[in-house]
Amino acid sequence: MSEKVKSKIKEKKAKLRAPMTVKDWVKFIILMIISIVFIAPILLVLMNSFKGKLFVSNEPFAFPNAESFVGLKNYTNGIEKIDFFSAFFVSLFITVCSVILIVLATAMCAWFITRVKTWYTKLIYILFAFSMIVPFQMVMYPMSQVANMLHLDNMFGIVIIYLGFGAGLSVFMFAGFVKSVPLEIEEAAMIDGCGPMKTFFLIDFPILRPSAITVAILQAMWIWNDYLLPTLILSDVKTLPMAIQYLRGGYGSIDMAAMMAMLVLAIIPIIIFYFACQKYIIKGVMAGAVKG
Amino acid sequence: MQKAIKKWFPVLALPTVVAFLISFLIPFIMGIYLSFCKFKTVKNAKWVGFDNYLKAFANEDFINALWFTVKFTIVSVITINILAFLFAMLLTKALRGTNVFRTIFFMPNLIGGIVLGYIWLMIINGVLQYFNATITTDASYGFWGLVILMNWQLIGYMMIIYISGIQNISPDLIEAAQIDGANSVQRLFHITIPQVMPSITICLFLTLTNSFKLFDQNYALTAGAPGKSTQMLALDIYNTFYGRVGWQGVGQAKAVIFFLIVAAIALTQLFLTRRKEVEN
Repeated sequence: MSEKVKSKIKEKKAKLRAPMTVKDWVKFIILMIISIVFIAPILLVLMNSFKGKLFVSNEPFAFPNAESFVGLKNYTNGIEKIDFFSAFFVSLFITVCSVILIVLATAMCAWFITRVKTWYTKLIYILFAFSMIVPFQMVMYPMSQVANMLHLDNMFGIVIIYLGFGAGLSVFMFAGFVKSVPLEIEEAAMIDGCGPMKTFFLIDFPILRPSAITVAILQAMWIWNDYLLPTLILSDVKTLPMAIQYLRGGYGSIDMAAMMAMLVLAIIPIIIFYFACQKYIIKGVMAGAVKG
Repeated sequence: MQKAIKKWFPVLALPTVVAFLISFLIPFIMGIYLSFCKFKTVKNAKWVGFDNYLKAFANEDFINALWFTVKFTIVSVITINILAFLFAMLLTKALRGTNVFRTIFFMPNLIGGIVLGYIWLMIINGVLQYFNATITTDASYGFWGLVILMNWQLIGYMMIIYISGIQNISPDLIEAAQIDGANSVQRLFHITIPQVMPSITICLFLTLTNSFKLFDQNYALTAGAPGKSTQMLALDIYNTFYGRVGWQGVGQAKAVIFFLIVAAIALTQLFLTRRKEVEN
């Protein structure tokens, strides 16, 4: 770090300690207002989740009062209607299994195609990179047919489908990091008698840990929130987004009260996850943005 | 060493390659072939040449969806990027609580499309009921509803990218400009904006592709209503496949056209960033 940057940082720290000027206060107040605008939708959902059906659609901006307050009725009602807990665990199962499989399999694959240089590893790499620019709609119909034929239409099979769809971005990101691992370390390990598998798991994988976290977060966010793919694949169970969509019912009749309660339950795990690993999430999403 | 690793292909690379073949590559090739066929299931496809493509372009829903998507993309790309840049400018000045603000603004980006759609359905219908309307009364309500939703979702994300761009500007440059007597507006246009050009390119293309490919939010918020007037391309393709018997081939042809547009956008970005890298 240069002297200049250091002094700038010092200056900023001093500024943070100094009393705020009028201009700072104006900025602070503007930011406060924007923050309220950003949080308000979630608070509105929370508020309405305790109100009766009629009050959600007629007075969505009023606080619950003695007349409109229904306690946890919307929650019990919604949980029963969409079988919330089974949907929650299906989503959790699919997300966790897919993420573990994607991180392990694509890290190995990326290592293989960067270390072995022949025509087919180059071809695989190009195909993976290509898959990133293809929109899902292009393959969704034939893919669901293939999945059906191979009996992958259950919560175990879908994990394999997710591995295939996640491969593009993950291999691309891992390959970038594998290149930065010095060959000499690997060679030394092999001379000392490590086989390729041992070398990968004892030498490379620990070095790749930061990128593994990035990949895991990007894939977890995508799979947890994904709606269309599981809708087309799964025949016997529902994921959380599918269950929420299920509340819509036929021709626009939506039980908005139960919907609000289910939205709250769907958002809570995301917020917990966000606050638990906020630093990694922002870093991971940034890395994904630059690569994608 | 290469040879030793090569032997382990079945363990190291094969699982990913097989999964990739099943879920992407084979369906992709099938998709191109099927776009030239009439079929109800994959097994009874009959070659019909460019018939599906002609039908797709003659299909009013498709053209309408294309225009709706283009209009939506232009409006949301402009609004999201301007607002995100302004927020980033506000947050890069040393100020109390900047990290808290950052955390709050970024949060909506983590919430899934279906959930986002229903959050805003409740709010927008809540506002519109004071005017005796709902979001499906008029196509323009659905349009602006989607724009607002998209802004709420993506501003925080783009803001983070702009912030890192602004923080990478060398303090020397700003100081030199200050000494030369540049005011804050001049500094913005002659230093900050040219210096964050890489971030601007990334954000423009991220918002562009995200808006263009939008599905979940569209499906949850309006589902295309009233009629099919707020249907975006991805939703139109979905409805052609699963809502119209015997039109699967046309749906696949629409999907190929959709793919070509998205690929053209992505390749433009690649070309632009490559050229920048050469210049530097």
